Amino acid sequence: MMQESPLVVLDRVYKSFGALKVLDGVSFSVGRGDVLVLIGRSGSGKSTALRCIDRFEKIDSGEIHVCGRRVDAPDIDLRALRQDVGIVFQSYNLFPHLTIAQNIMLAPVSVKGMHKAAARELAATMLAKVGLSEKLDAYPEQLSGGQQQRAAIARSLAMQPKVMLFDEVTSALDPQLTGEVLKVIEALAADGMTMVIVTHEMGFARGIARHVVFMHEGKVHEAGTASILTTPATPELAQFVGTGL
Amino acid sequence: MGGSLNANHLLFLGQGALWTIGLSAIALIGGGLVGFLIALARVSPNKLVRLTSGAYVQLVQGTPLLVIMFLGFFGLAALGFPMTPLAAAGASLTIYVGAYFGEIWRGCIQSVPRPQWEAAEGLGLSRTQRMLKVILPQAVRIATPPTVGFMVQIIKNTSLASVVGFVELARSGQIINNSLFEPFLIYAIVAVIYFALCFPISLLSRRLERRMGVGRAKLMPT
Ligand SMILES: Nc1ncnc2c1ncn2[C@@H]1O[C@H](COP(=O)(O)OP(=O)(O)O)[C@@H](O)[C@H]1O
Ligand SMILES: [Mg+2]
Repeated sequence: MMQESPLVVLDRVYKSFGALKVLDGVSFSVGRGDVLVLIGRSGSGKSTALRCIDRFEKIDSGEIHVCGRRVDAPDIDLRALRQDVGIVFQSYNLFPHLTIAQNIMLAPVSVKGMHKAAARELAATMLAKVGLSEKLDAYPEQLSGGQQQRAAIARSLAMQPKVMLFDEVTSALDPQLTGEVLKVIEALAADGMTMVIVTHEMGFARGIARHVVFMHEGKVHEAGTASILTTPATPELAQFVGTGL
Repeated sequence: MGGSLNANHLLFLGQGALWTIGLSAIALIGGGLVGFLIALARVSPNKLVRLTSGAYVQLVQGTPLLVIMFLGFFGLAALGFPMTPLAAAGASLTIYVGAYFGEIWRGCIQSVPRPQWEAAEGLGLSRTQRMLKVILPQAVRIATPPTVGFMVQIIKNTSLASVVGFVELARSGQIINNSLFEPFLIYAIVAVIYFALCFPISLLSRRLERRMGVGRAKLMPT
């Protein structure tokens, strides 16, 4: 029987900003329903790797495939790519002039041509998923950081992406607000969502990761199952999880 | 006319003030339309469009409004396109105000945080949709106080239209003074009328700015 091809593939990806080599031949892949946790020191290229997957950055060489689509092709259909991929950033970036419902409805209505009434229902469903049903008509500034981040996740989910990318989504939050956001991501994992997660929360990583990629100086330094977090093979990862605990 | 200041003179000044308001309105609407296009052109992904609109702004900002008025009235007439004073003054102000609004609004568009663009892009919105639904509504809020503030400049600058024979407030004062020879009194009245037109607008601008300051603080992530 033929094996299903992974949803996300990075194959020897190189990316520099000027003279700075940020991705130095990075390869990894993410199967359907897989949860890959990307870890590494600040500046090791994690965000850049995520941004390349969603084509916010163009790569210098190598290949990236997402849902069977070649992301590094010059004629990539960006609209289609971004319907397949949801991305959530550290700074939640809700649109401040729109209510939470309008934030969530915007893309389904203007990109997918969904009817407003249907989109509002969808917004309500998505908000229920992240435990924010009562915030439908609130403005972002009326929400706590943790609530804003959950709303941002709901906004992404409303486009029914096949892959979700999370870039340090709890780094801007107070410790007591971190848990509520991580719980939402854990629920997504339980639902079988395919995800690439950049995080510094080692306990969370250990619990959720099916695969772990440790980046160091723009390279995949060590990769494996979640077990490498407890029994690292390289001194760099050992030091990283040691300090990250 | 002649003799001492009477009701007819004041009526004449009032008429001049109405023309000042009318010309300001033309400059605001015309300059607003041109300025909107310039602002969009200045942030265009197309380099040629960016450079051309930038050159327009530089050219206009580097030329006194008085000279633009002369060009529009005497210059075009010499080339065989005679313009009425109203048309010449209206067009000159439109060109002039358009450049300044274009620059003010470009700054407002660019001051919407970059991540807002990226969040919209990540959701699959096209460039036009990002601009219309995410960036411009936020830019308009930022733009309101400086735009209202610049309206004061527009009102005062309409006085330059007197050089092409357009009878607005300043020119009305001049005409009356030519027969009465009471320059202090007459220009003091003219000044008071300008102040009465401009002061409420500056007040509004300052109030909007203060309210914006509060609103912006609230937009910061908690
Ligand atoms: N747009 C950019 N221009 C120039 N340098 C950048 C840019 N984005 C990231 N970098 C640099 O690339 C390196 C890797 O950044 P990043 O991918 O954000 O790392 P991480 O997310 O692992 O902290 C850093 O040194 C950063 O300063
Ligand atoms: Mg990062």
